[in-house]
Amino acid sequence: MSLDKPYAGIPGTTIFDAEQSRKGYWLNQFCMSLMKAENREKFKADERGYLDQWPMTEDQKLAVLSRDLNRCIALGGNIYFLAKIGATDGKSFQQMAGSMTGMSEEAYRDMMIGGGRPATWTGKEEKK
Amino acid sequence: MARITASVYTSHVPAIGAAMDLGKTQEPYWQKVFSGYDFSRQWIKDNKPDVVFLVFNDHATAFSLDIIPTFAIGTAAEFQVADEGWGPRPVPKVMGAPDLAAHIAHSVIQQDFDLTIVNKMDVDHGLTVPLSLMCGQPKEWPFKVIPFAVNVVQYPVPSGMRCFRLGQAIRKAVESFDEDLNVQIWGTGGMSHQLQGPRAGLINKEWDNRFLDRLIEDPEGLAGVNHIEYVKEAGSEGIELVMWLIARGAMADVAGGRKPTLKHRFYHVPASNTAVGHMILEN
Repeated sequence: MSLDKPYAGIPGTTIFDAEQSRKGYWLNQFCMSLMKAENREKFKADERGYLDQWPMTEDQKLAVLSRDLNRCIALGGNIYFLAKIGATDGKSFQQMAGSMTGMSEEAYRDMMIGGGRPATWTGKEEKK
Repeated sequence: MARITASVYTSHVPAIGAAMDLGKTQEPYWQKVFSGYDFSRQWIKDNKPDVVFLVFNDHATAFSLDIIPTFAIGTAAEFQVADEGWGPRPVPKVMGAPDLAAHIAHSVIQQDFDLTIVNKMDVDHGLTVPLSLMCGQPKEWPFKVIPFAVNVVQYPVPSGMRCFRLGQAIRKAVESFDEDLNVQIWGTGGMSHQLQGPRAGLINKEWDNRFLDRLIEDPEGLAGVNHIEYVKEAGSEGIELVMWLIARGAMADVAGGRKPTLKHRFYHVPASNTAVGHMILEN
């Protein structure tokens, strides 16, 4: 019997469930390694070499190298784990979250000061 | 006898901690956030607890994908401040209350909630930001803390009702501890926010304020709200709000006592990506 996953249809949202977690296990565990200062230094010195020490898929490695967080999430990453990459780069959570919306950093910050994105957002607004 | 005297609810946005650590609290952006805590800092001095039972979630810090406990109680004598990737926050280490924590673990497990007992755990912004908001920047935290970590990172997370019932069990556990202790229970996280995907930046003021209203007046009804409503209305990370129901479930009125007194209520948008909510209820 299939499991109940009523969250699948919410636009612009990927829920990190057991299936995503399985897919992203090594990607997320790589991120965890960046909680140690010496690992952050090793990663910064040779990103590709550091990633190659982990049994991640090539797609996952390329998504990390290009800092494409939406792609990382599609490949099983979770934002709290991926945040360690942002921390290594000296990025704030706001910069990381904003980078996934297609908005400029300033536009995203202004949107938040203006009260944030409405819950009625469908993802089709920008394309009008 | 130990007793729960009050519950405190607050968001635990990491940027709030960073603003304090980097001396930015006087900037207009942050003043608006911190103004909501002026009352609370005086209140906690006037009503200093012996122990705070602090419900929070770990953000891929102490728990990686290796082990994902749904409910984890910290029974250690002390907890180090974690390096989440930016370096550890410059705040004091957290002193535990091992005897009371072990007693609560024993009692709550016997009430059919299968807690994970954790004797070693670094604590992240989920725990330290609420302490900073309520206590400012002391050399040592003015009370002991029992960290209680809830999984809200990997779905499925515990339901609101499960959390509410757990709060009731924690209340019973505290009240069966012989030592005369003033215990507060804090529920942290939320309010509406989404940190991932093209929908990042979601905020829902109306929903958040209705949540606060119902948390005061109708907590059991609020506990019946299902996960999908949190995700739709409060964003994928808004689900953290189920943790507030643990604190609310531990209040006296839920066990047939008097209604709590609302001492303070505050709501502000934004702090970074998040709506900040804060409330104090006294028994």
